[in-house]
Amino acid sequence: MNAMSRNATYNFAYLDEQTKRMIRRAILKAIAIPGYQVPFASREMPMPYGWGTGGVQVTAAILGPDDVLKVIDQGADDTTNAVSIRKFFERVAGIETTTHTAEATIIQTRHRIPEAPLAEGQVLVYQVPIPEPLRFLEPRETETRKMHALEEYGLMHVKLYEDIAKNGHIATTYAYPVKVEGRYVMDPSPTPKFDNPKMHMSAALQLFGAGREKRIYALPPHTEVVSLDFEDHPFEVQRFDRPCALCGAEQVYLDEIVLDDRGGRMFVCSDTDHCETRRAEGHRGELGGELSGEAK
Amino acid sequence: MRNESTALDGGFSAPVQDAQAVFRAVMDAMARPATIVEIRPPVTPPAPLPPIIGAIASTLLDADTPIWLDPTLGQSPEVGEWLVFHTGASFTDQPGEASFALIGDGSAFPDLDTFAQGTQEYPDRSATLVIAIEAFDGGTPLCLRGPGILDRATIAPRGLPKDFAEQWEENTQRFPRGVDLVLATGDSLVCLPRTARLIAREMEV
Amino acid sequence: MYVAVKGGEAAIDNAHRLLADRRRGDRSVPALTLDQITEQFALGVDRVMSEGSLYDRRLAALAIKQARGDLIEAIFLVRAYRTTLPRFGYSEPVDTGAMLIERRISACFKDLPGGQLLGPTFDYTHRLLDEELDGDPQIAIGERRESLTDAAARVADILGGEGLVEEDVDPAGQSAPGDINHTPSEFPMSRAMRLQSLSRGDEGFLLALGYSTQRGYGRSHPFAGEIRIGEVEMEIIVPELGFAVPLGRIQVTECQMVNQFKGSAKAPPQFTRGYGLVFGQSERKAMAMSLCDRAMRAEELGEDVVAPPQDQEFVISHCDNVQATGFVEHLKLPHYVDFQAELGLVRTMRAEYAQRESTFQTDLQEAAE
Ligand SMILES: [Zn+2]
Repeated sequence: MNAMSRNATYNFAYLDEQTKRMIRRAILKAIAIPGYQVPFASREMPMPYGWGTGGVQVTAAILGPDDVLKVIDQGADDTTNAVSIRKFFERVAGIETTTHTAEATIIQTRHRIPEAPLAEGQVLVYQVPIPEPLRFLEPRETETRKMHALEEYGLMHVKLYEDIAKNGHIATTYAYPVKVEGRYVMDPSPTPKFDNPKMHMSAALQLFGAGREKRIYALPPHTEVVSLDFEDHPFEVQRFDRPCALCGAEQVYLDEIVLDDRGGRMFVCSDTDHCETRRAEGHRGELGGELSGEAK
Repeated sequence: MRNESTALDGGFSAPVQDAQAVFRAVMDAMARPATIVEIRPPVTPPAPLPPIIGAIASTLLDADTPIWLDPTLGQSPEVGEWLVFHTGASFTDQPGEASFALIGDGSAFPDLDTFAQGTQEYPDRSATLVIAIEAFDGGTPLCLRGPGILDRATIAPRGLPKDFAEQWEENTQRFPRGVDLVLATGDSLVCLPRTARLIAREMEV
Repeated sequence: MYVAVKGGEAAIDNAHRLLADRRRGDRSVPALTLDQITEQFALGVDRVMSEGSLYDRRLAALAIKQARGDLIEAIFLVRAYRTTLPRFGYSEPVDTGAMLIERRISACFKDLPGGQLLGPTFDYTHRLLDEELDGDPQIAIGERRESLTDAAARVADILGGEGLVEEDVDPAGQSAPGDINHTPSEFPMSRAMRLQSLSRGDEGFLLALGYSTQRGYGRSHPFAGEIRIGEVEMEIIVPELGFAVPLGRIQVTECQMVNQFKGSAKAPPQFTRGYGLVFGQSERKAMAMSLCDRAMRAEELGEDVVAPPQDQEFVISHCDNVQATGFVEHLKLPHYVDFQAELGLVRTMRAEYAQRESTFQTDLQEAAE
């Protein structure tokens, strides 16, 4: 309550209405041109650029009093930046928040897509640091814009093929480029390529906000999203050769936890809600303990 | 005086919540082309501006968005005054310069390609047309596919120009350039982004 | 049993409490007042106003106090506040020719109408630490001129009368200056928008870039045509009234750099200009800004773009310290999901490498046998 009253002069969801209108118009165009990065007049936010300001602006522009918000970073609801952003929206919008993927109407994420398939009506908002998939091949916006306009993506294929020639396989493990509806090459944000297949034909609306780089882009539900590859080197996701040590889940993305300085390791779900839900349902992995403890 | 409505009346009563609710309806509709989305318009603009179009205008327009009005809406000074007061937007009589076109009579408006199409580099700089139609059934069926549509979807909007299907097909072929449409009547709206392709015609080609 | 580490709300709250404690420091030392900061750290306050893009000394001082003297953090606080303010309108262009001058120098002329006024400058001070300032020595009150005897015409206008210096117009004919807060950046960017970006750009970044032009990276033969510091009147036109209404005065520093120019296919031989204007007193920033402005005009003036300061996309995209500090510091955030992906890849590649090496060794051995 105290926090709310101290911020009484800020508008619902922090942004002023003029800014929301500008962002909303950009979102509509982004949805109408899937995979194309719409420039928008990104504002300074009360958290630093690079810490999710793009995602926060998108969430603030779409959020309403009936929404239930979930915020994850690295797949976890309890990572510091996820906690901080969730608290921000509780404070400036007074909305309900949750850690349960299925209960959320809006999920803001950094670096992961939840393991459980998203549903019709849910919105996944990605925080994006560098929205331009061609940026590391060509640093100039003036050039990359032309390349998108002309659908000139040869450079990207050359880069991936050089990987294959040098290493025998494509050496990109995250922010792995995708092609949307056969037209725009798009950066999926720095999610591990493990998550790329989840973007394809998802039932949820996916919105991407890059605050510092001032770009918004989108994938409507049921949109074709194909990871770039070659006939002789098809796209493959990471595989883990063991299940989650806590809940026993297979085919999920795992975090490697270093247990001691003698090489002791365990692998657990990166999606904390997925893991907790499974354990609540009675699933157990080999070390099936309880998650507790706090950083001080 | 009491019964006489002025340009000052009939706007959002709760501007923040109302704009958010209308926007979410439009966003959902844009993300799911050809799906009818219901929203009770929280505004009462002067006739002939349909309340639902008044609500969309109040949500999305401001001083940064030049608007074009079709003759039906343009000839009403009350509509113009109401829009200026509630949005701050300015008018243009050149369809190609407008970022939004508000069309009171969906059965007759300039060809889609006379509105801003965006450029190959900036396809987002294209017009959004908000069009009043008669109904979402009873017209020529349009069978559509594309992003946002699971498999296929059909609508039969009544009150669009006779050659709408041809025009729409040309619009989708200009992708990534092209206009996006919001069709509206009563408490319902449907969006047609430039990605919503006509199926029958695809087959013919 | 394994216990996962959680970065909970309690940890964040504790960290912020500790920050508040460290900010206050030794409680036996009196707390700084905002007046002390505005009066005695005036140049720091000016930098925060300038790069924070908000002319408000009190808020800048508050930000400096809250940021424990970290000026970039203070600039960030001010920026995040200003972005929430409603926009009532745009002021009329300020007339720096009508400035109430406190300091005005030109390196191009020995003397000139209005005179050389040194003002409150560090120039020609000997940089010797003054132990007397570890106390509150009596300082004589500065004297004020009653009024200027000569009008202090701008040096650029004096040269302009002879046609020696280019006219002060935007060559591309962009009449509306635009607003970098409301328009997503697009390159090439108009000079007016570039100047807006430079004016709030990081002093250190612009200083280094300006310096590099002097050392040959986009050399522009600059002369400090004029530097002036003083107060200018701000006016806004109220549509209902139809005329300009004064809002008050602000202090600004203006630098007009005059650059020798041999002429090109696009422009005749004449002096060209680089321009700098910042809130408050900061001639280092205004001078660096004008060097960068001139360097970025290379293409417009038909010069080859060969060095970073001439590359507007490079300069403008990287001059904002709020953006830069955010993205550099975001590396502190957890990246363990992506690191895990890279870890898997490096392990695979090392295994493949070892495999190849051992095959190679076997082949060698077989060949030797
Ligand atoms: Zn698990």
